[in-house]
Amino acid sequence: MKNVKKIILYTVVVLLAVITFLPFLWMISASFMHPGESSAYPPRLFPSDFTLMHYKDLFTRLNLTTYLLNSLVISLGVTFFSLFLNSMAGYAFAKYRFAGKKKIFSLLLSSMIIPGQVTMLPVFLLLKSLGLINTYWAIIIPGMASIFGIFLIRQFAMGIPDSLIEAAKIDGAGDTEVYLRIILPLCRPILLTLGIFTFMGTWNDFLWPLIVMTDSSKYTMPVALANLMGEHVQDTELMMAGSVLTILPVVLVFLALQKYYIKGIMMGSVKG
Amino acid sequence: MKRFFILLLTALALFSAGCGKQNSDKELITFWAIGAEGEKVSGLIPQFEKENPGIKVKVQQIPWTAAHEKLITAYASETLPDIFQLGNTWIPEFQALNSLEPLDKYLMRDSVAPESFFPGIWDSNVIDSVLYALPWYVDTRLLFYRKDIFEKAGFNRPPESWDELYTYAETIKKKNLSKYPLFLPTNEWNPYIIFGIQNGSTILKNNNSYGDFNGPRFREAMRYVSKYFYNGLSPIDMTAVTNAYQAFEEGYFMMWITGPWNIQEMRTRLSPAMQDKWMTAPLPGRHGEYPGVSLAGGSSLVLGKTSSKKESAWKFIKYLTRADVQVEFFRLVTSLPSVMKAWESPELRDNKYLAAFYMQLQHTTPTPKIPEWEQIVFAKIQQSVELLAAKKLTVDETVTKINNEANSILEKRRWMLSQKVN
Amino acid sequence: MSFTDFDIYALGNLSYLRFVGLRNYLRLLEDPLFWTSVKNTFYFVLAGGPLSVAVSLSAALLLNTKLIKFKGLFRVTYFLPVVTTLVAVAVIWRFIYHPRFGIINYVLGLIGLTPIDWLGDPAFSMPALILMAVWKNFGYNMIIFIAGLQNIPEDLYEAADIEGASAWQQFWSITIPQLAPTTLFISVITMIGYFQLFAEPYVMTQGGPLSSTLSVVLYMYQEGFRWWNIGYSTSIAFMLFLLILIGTVIQFRLQKDTE
Repeated sequence: MKNVKKIILYTVVVLLAVITFLPFLWMISASFMHPGESSAYPPRLFPSDFTLMHYKDLFTRLNLTTYLLNSLVISLGVTFFSLFLNSMAGYAFAKYRFAGKKKIFSLLLSSMIIPGQVTMLPVFLLLKSLGLINTYWAIIIPGMASIFGIFLIRQFAMGIPDSLIEAAKIDGAGDTEVYLRIILPLCRPILLTLGIFTFMGTWNDFLWPLIVMTDSSKYTMPVALANLMGEHVQDTELMMAGSVLTILPVVLVFLALQKYYIKGIMMGSVKG
Repeated sequence: MKRFFILLLTALALFSAGCGKQNSDKELITFWAIGAEGEKVSGLIPQFEKENPGIKVKVQQIPWTAAHEKLITAYASETLPDIFQLGNTWIPEFQALNSLEPLDKYLMRDSVAPESFFPGIWDSNVIDSVLYALPWYVDTRLLFYRKDIFEKAGFNRPPESWDELYTYAETIKKKNLSKYPLFLPTNEWNPYIIFGIQNGSTILKNNNSYGDFNGPRFREAMRYVSKYFYNGLSPIDMTAVTNAYQAFEEGYFMMWITGPWNIQEMRTRLSPAMQDKWMTAPLPGRHGEYPGVSLAGGSSLVLGKTSSKKESAWKFIKYLTRADVQVEFFRLVTSLPSVMKAWESPELRDNKYLAAFYMQLQHTTPTPKIPEWEQIVFAKIQQSVELLAAKKLTVDETVTKINNEANSILEKRRWMLSQKVN
Repeated sequence: MSFTDFDIYALGNLSYLRFVGLRNYLRLLEDPLFWTSVKNTFYFVLAGGPLSVAVSLSAALLLNTKLIKFKGLFRVTYFLPVVTTLVAVAVIWRFIYHPRFGIINYVLGLIGLTPIDWLGDPAFSMPALILMAVWKNFGYNMIIFIAGLQNIPEDLYEAADIEGASAWQQFWSITIPQLAPTTLFISVITMIGYFQLFAEPYVMTQGGPLSSTLSVVLYMYQEGFRWWNIGYSTSIAFMLFLLILIGTVIQFRLQKDTE
């Protein structure tokens, strides 16, 4: 009885895994096919002849290096600034006492349900008036502070005992020193979590870079890929190669740091 | 693998650095082009740079689906390029934004003759007697039909008038040669505007500030169109036509009012046996004229008002509209040349499908030249026609609905016109 | 801004900006396209939301049984679609849905069904998007469900075992009620996320065919960034906010009623 159950369970689990993974497998394999080979009936799962031509094409003819670098600079930029700002704000909300702290915090939390698209237009006009459209800053600045990030850090920082901070202050440490020497090191795990979230979110974001980056030399990977999709509808294999390269960095980051990532989801949910 | 990429990266970096140095003494002009044309136009650049050693052209290609957004956003952020491509119907919008350089003085100086372009198309580049763009490639709608079915039905030439078109469709339906002879896509606005204009409607009135869709001319045209829907001569349900080419091949429908891009599509998508069974013909006319008038479509090249390299940019525009370059461009993407002389080349002359286009292009008229035009026709007309076809609205209700929607979109324009008068 | 008629003219010259009061909202109520987009969005939320929650819960339950090994591996596999870029996912799925060469139609053909033009047929375009969205997102909720499941005290099940309750009974009388807060949380965030449907139709269908996948956010985007009717577009955004707010309140109410 137990064995039968086990077999059924495994079948379902493996089947689900296959279904989830099949699109990826197919994408990777199609990216190595010769042009037109994937458009066959019945569909082909593996290339008959392995080729790297699409990857070469992407890097030489289609400027993929530029887009990869753009994505990398922007994602790392947003991650860096957002960790810096959110950790300060989160720490402040956790440990400082100031007038209206609770009110401001709950106001922030409730604004989380406002869809991002509502603020998109005002932010666009604001950035325009600052002359930042079509620069990296147009993506970095709006991504710098996130309520989710502040919330995450506040929850974590509240767990830091006050006595530690007080002890440091008695030793003559200023606010900056407390923040740099005590809070930041202690918050390392949560900062990692938030960092992965931010990095992936920025890397995968599509709409905002599409709007603010007018010059194609500033495109990020997803925008460039969508652009490619509009023009090379027929070149399935080329598109697949582009997709592989778009996905690869985030998947690698995820696989390397999945422990922190999954912990972040759980933290956000349990306290939410 | 990784090492390979790193090598490639370094090589690219070096390469681009090298390029930068080499061209520092040249004037760099940027050109935004849209769609497949945007991709292929780079093939024309080496020749231009050879002829003009002091100028370097950088092409940026944008997809059609995001082109309009992209251009307006670029305007808003003041990053429009030196030259860009605009669909003819977008010219009024960018003119209203005051972002286009008038071209008349360049034209006069370099004696570029307006007569060398198709007249209706040329007109779509002129707003209030000022020229803002130069036609690059053209398109217009006309009739694609199945020659073999016409022959079976006993017709040896395409229909030349509204009445003939209707009789043809009726006969073909009666003889069971096609289920729905004429395909009028309900998700397009063009055929309906064409019928309206052919019937003498001005589409808009009072300095283009009110709709004239409920006027007698447009109403009558829509009544004519509705006969096709209600008498089973046109498919009323777009969902039934999921693959238009297959439907055309099967004879589900056999006449289709559509544009030049379908020449290439038909060639690749229809089976080889079908290839000598279809043809193109100019549109039938309303009042005994043949061909009947169609819409002046296509894309034009404009000079950005804020460009600091107008002279070089103008040289490039002039180059792209030169007859021999236009023929070369046709070879690259099969886009129809805007310069009539280019049509004398063998590639175009010997293409049997293009003769009808050449004829039709002499008889085109621009759509009303106001920024709101696309908004009026895009969602609004399509939706109403869909309801008309499904018999959810009568002809009178349809034209009233379109007109009300048009008037509501035009409200701002009326207000602005009144401001200017005061 | 939603009380002004900020548009292309105003963009060119700010003196053409007018205050229009509630006119944008009144126009919105009469705009059939807006209602189509609302209808489509509800379709997506009401069909896709529960489906997504159900799939995530099943996956979580599967991975939470003691009989399964390599849990980590499966968990990562299920989670992979979540972290991938949507645009890339769209590229893949567009081909999976290809009417002639797509895998789905191939499978349908094997079991003797006629091929479906998934993205070209208005009746199937939304189901196709839903399927893709569920595939992409279920891993995220699954993780939260697993966390919820692990928080259920083990002795509850042990007590039930002693009383002779079947696995099915245990599921309904222990797992479901114990998971209620988690389920509420997941339902709310899934709903909020699904109401903001945008990138899927933008890259897959552009809202077509026949506006069958036009979502509220996509419509807002088109009005705002294609036609540059910023005033009108902002009023759409605000309506969306109201919709989400109402949806959230309803969910909380429902939850209270069942308690």
